[in-house]
Amino acid sequence: MSGFWIMLTGALVATCCAVLGCFLVLRRMALVGDAISHAVLPGIAIAFLVSGSRGSFFMLLGAALVGFVAVFLIQLFQSGGVQSDASIGVVFTALFAVGVVLISLNARNIDLDLDCVLFGEIAYVQWNTLEIGALSLGPKAVWLLGLTLLVIAAVVSLFYKQFKLCAFDPALAAALGIPVAVFHYLLMGLVSMATVSSFESVGAVLVVGLLVIPPAAAYLLTDRLGTMIGLAVVIGIVSSVAGYGAAVWLDASIAGCMVCAAGVQFALAFLFSPSHGLVTRRRRLRAAALGGRAG
Amino acid sequence: MLNLLTDPNLRWILLGSMLLGLSGGVIGTFSYLRKQSLIGDTLAHAALPGICIAFMLTGVKSVGLFLVGALLAGAAATLSVTLITRYSRIKPDAAMGIVLSLFFAVGIVLLTRIQHSSYGNQSGLDKFLFGQAASMTSSDLYTLGGVALLLVIACGLLYKEFKLLSFDPGYGRGLGFPMGLLEQLLLGLTTVAVVVGIQAVGVVLVAALLITPAVSARYWTDRLGVMTVLAGLFGALSGAAGAWISSGVSQLPTGPISVLAATACFVASVLFGPRRGLAAKLLGRRSARRRWLAESAGVAARANIQAAMQATAQAAVLTDGQANVHDNAHPNVHSAAHANERGTSV
Repeated sequence: MSGFWIMLTGALVATCCAVLGCFLVLRRMALVGDAISHAVLPGIAIAFLVSGSRGSFFMLLGAALVGFVAVFLIQLFQSGGVQSDASIGVVFTALFAVGVVLISLNARNIDLDLDCVLFGEIAYVQWNTLEIGALSLGPKAVWLLGLTLLVIAAVVSLFYKQFKLCAFDPALAAALGIPVAVFHYLLMGLVSMATVSSFESVGAVLVVGLLVIPPAAAYLLTDRLGTMIGLAVVIGIVSSVAGYGAAVWLDASIAGCMVCAAGVQFALAFLFSPSHGLVTRRRRLRAAALGGRAG
Repeated sequence: MLNLLTDPNLRWILLGSMLLGLSGGVIGTFSYLRKQSLIGDTLAHAALPGICIAFMLTGVKSVGLFLVGALLAGAAATLSVTLITRYSRIKPDAAMGIVLSLFFAVGIVLLTRIQHSSYGNQSGLDKFLFGQAASMTSSDLYTLGGVALLLVIACGLLYKEFKLLSFDPGYGRGLGFPMGLLEQLLLGLTTVAVVVGIQAVGVVLVAALLITPAVSARYWTDRLGVMTVLAGLFGALSGAAGAWISSGVSQLPTGPISVLAATACFVASVLFGPRRGLAAKLLGRRSARRRWLAESAGVAARANIQAAMQATAQAAVLTDGQANVHDNAHPNVHSAAHANERGTSV
């Protein structure tokens, strides 16, 4: 049963991240996702201090707010003439440092291990259950992630056309009267939410892996956005199941193994994708050359 | 906190942290100018599996061995980023995200393997994640300080070449410099700076050691030499602040404090940097506005003079009935108005 809950949590995390990651990869903002996933740490720490518990909706909102602040600061420095990746680097390291200091200073009040910040404690997910009366309704994390997934699915499917246009051609979107900035911040808010709800399961760094790797692998397999999102979700779920298996077998970090499984799938797509794979393209070229000689 | 000057151990740690900050700032200047700021972040995360493998193979915790492992892993990471961007349609930012998280995940898997199995003296290996300058032994400090010094000296010797590489590699190639080799060399030096920096501030935050001092220095100057020195200075200051404050408060890790000190430098630069800083911009805007007001006041004065001139001319016409007064008065008043305008605009 514990394995089931862990795999379910992993699959929910992977699904949330995969859907949003597709837009990040297409908009060339993979590293903004990286920055947000680190920057929400002070939000989590402060929400912890105020509410005294993890996994509350309050915490989600607080961290989403800090995510907004991070994106806003990055944009601010960028428009002030700092290079984009340098401004990302300055902002996320500063916010992450604030978060680590807050946690270290309040170690007694914050039940959050610093190691857990980096690579999560998905194995403990099952012990922290949601109970109403005497009825146990399963792990809290699953409920929180399910809620996040619901919000993400609702927003993305409602504004699918707008997100799609903003991802591929922001100038055209702006010309058509779509408020590009609003959708930019909406996407960033969703990424912050997904990061925070995934935080205690997979940690700050490995969230990036699930945000970037499955969508990048899907990007090599198809040219259609809808298919890409579907494929990314499938790859993410396969990673969480295979990763759990590998972790049990190796007796190692579950979240780490999940990202490694995603990495293996990316390598397969990189080499053998029917349309964009390295090996398939080479083979097709050789076949074409041979065919040309024969003809 | 006050026993800083009396405790020789603390003095060494302070010196080591300063040297690490210094080398990070100097190297970071070049990566900032080459628009590769986040390569440091990738290299830092990639170093973790290298460090773990070095420990698993030898079973010894030595900074020298870790350096070698991390260097190899860093080289593998940069190679993977290049391969992914060259042979597929993945953009550089996504490639960096993939490599960074994947290498880190491998590192975490290895780290948990080490912790779960009987590798004996493995405690302190996880200090790499957040950096703990205070846990360094004196021999570690000699190694790290020596490497940091070597980095600064190498940058000083190859200053001209790296300058060319940062601003105009095409021109450098035209002059006959081996630009590809220099690029690899700079990347190698960056890896070394990152790996030694991890000791002071940890894996996640070492990127700040490279980026933040360089960005701050950029606010103060347009000259590479000054920028390099300033970035080194900012780096050294933040390293010292981190080591000093964290040695006084027991619960605080060194890394975040150093990074916050560097961020404070950055905020000060954003606010008070000459020309580019916020205060300078506001002052410039205000003085421009004042000048504009003065100019428009001058224009108004000219308009007044013209009105007065016309009034006197009309009065002259009315009293004398002679047109030549009108003609004579005109150029004089005009030249006076021009002089007035010139005076305010200069």
